[in-house]
Amino acid sequence: SVLLLSSMNLPGGELRRRSAEDELAMRDYLQEGDLISAEVQSVFSDGAVSLHTRSLKYGKLGQGVLVQVSPSLVKRQKTHFHDLPCGASVILGNNGFIWIYPTAEQKDEEAGGFTTNLEPVPLSDREVISRLRNCVVALVTEKLMLFDTSILYCYEASLPHQIKDILKPEVMEEIVLETRQRLLDVEG
Amino acid sequence: MASVVLSEAEKVYIVHGVQEDLRVDGRGCEDYRCAEVETDVVSNTSGSARVRLGHTDILVGVKAEMGTPKLEKPDEGYLEFFVDCSANATPEFEGRGGEELGSEIANTLNRVFSSESTVDLKSLCINPREHCWVLYVDVLLLECGGNLFDAISIAVKAALFNTRIPKVRVLEDEEGSKEIELSDDPYDCMRLSVDNVPCIVTLNKIGYRHVVDATLQEEACSLASLLISVTSKGTLTSMKKMGKGSLDPESIFEMMETGKRVGKSLHIALQKILDEEESLGTARQKVGFLG
Repeated sequence: SVLLLSSMNLPGGELRRRSAEDELAMRDYLQEGDLISAEVQSVFSDGAVSLHTRSLKYGKLGQGVLVQVSPSLVKRQKTHFHDLPCGASVILGNNGFIWIYPTAEQKDEEAGGFTTNLEPVPLSDREVISRLRNCVVALVTEKLMLFDTSILYCYEASLPHQIKDILKPEVMEEIVLETRQRLLDVEG
Repeated sequence: MASVVLSEAEKVYIVHGVQEDLRVDGRGCEDYRCAEVETDVVSNTSGSARVRLGHTDILVGVKAEMGTPKLEKPDEGYLEFFVDCSANATPEFEGRGGEELGSEIANTLNRVFSSESTVDLKSLCINPREHCWVLYVDVLLLECGGNLFDAISIAVKAALFNTRIPKVRVLEDEEGSKEIELSDDPYDCMRLSVDNVPCIVTLNKIGYRHVVDATLQEEACSLASLLISVTSKGTLTSMKKMGKGSLDPESIFEMMETGKRVGKSLHIALQKILDEEESLGTARQKVGFLG
């Protein structure tokens, strides 16, 4: 897959033709190993995809946790960016990459998030993120579809247990059973 | 070793988490992941064990064969370790890629078991200077999910516990030539005592603290680690420093103390599982690889 320089936003939101200096300056912003959120613009005939990050919500990702799951378990929805009421946000990528991160405080950040915030994340946010991460792993192990409601219900079902206990097989089964039951009740 | 690529922000998140004793999966710095141990999974070995520690999957098989004792230790048998890094574990192990890691692990195991008291080698002797039992311990890496050494040592201990060596009798003729007679009963075996077999505890230094049982992501954030092998009584049999970073003597001392503590509880938990499995006997349902 390719992400062309012309498909990205420049810092400061300028609108101009990308020059050679922009190309060289790109390395200050993105390096090997960095995570970005992007959208698929088009699919080539040989199967390669062309990506773009032309909206403010896409771009480089900051601090958070990545969980890699099978793409078939991610439910296709209208939006894949969710701010969960429990105190963290989650991006459900269609490629199976689930990104859990602390909810950004202010909404007035620069285009595409060019600056990464490396300040320590508070302990309360960390607990929420770790719990969500374990819930996602539990749902995936029990082959339940991943979407904002299922993750939220699983989070609430896991609250009586300690975060590290969620990954125990017995606890995992119990939590996912409860989640499944709640989802069925909502449907019916 | 298999490694993942992490972004700067992810590494910072992990390091800060470790400082606050809350790792990415909610564990504390001294907690192990959920481990599954099963013995007697391979039928044509003298003993075998399989360990799953998170995403790390190890299979160990022990074969007991007759051989000649080493010249410097004529009344003892010995152990031979061989580690195979299967290409299934990670694409880096394709072809001869896994050889370096394999020999490193085998050398570490040799060092850990080189101490006199770990295994009773004298019980492996049949005829001094002529015959002895050689235990070929084969380790197979099926999946790499971080913390290889710990999982391997747990699997080796479980496999040695499970090993059944046939009882042999030495018959001497009038001419003085010795004959070795194998018992007719296939269940007439001797077992090894694994009370003093050590387990390896790897402590990775992340930031200013150290963690036990690191995942692949945590290993990518750690520059130096200390491998110590601890017996069930808490004695250290060997120590090895790995990684390109440096460790100052104070943190080495702290890591040793943590390692001893964690090692002791690891031995207790492992022995409990092995005894439970043993007590189920033939009624035990084997899960193996298809469960």
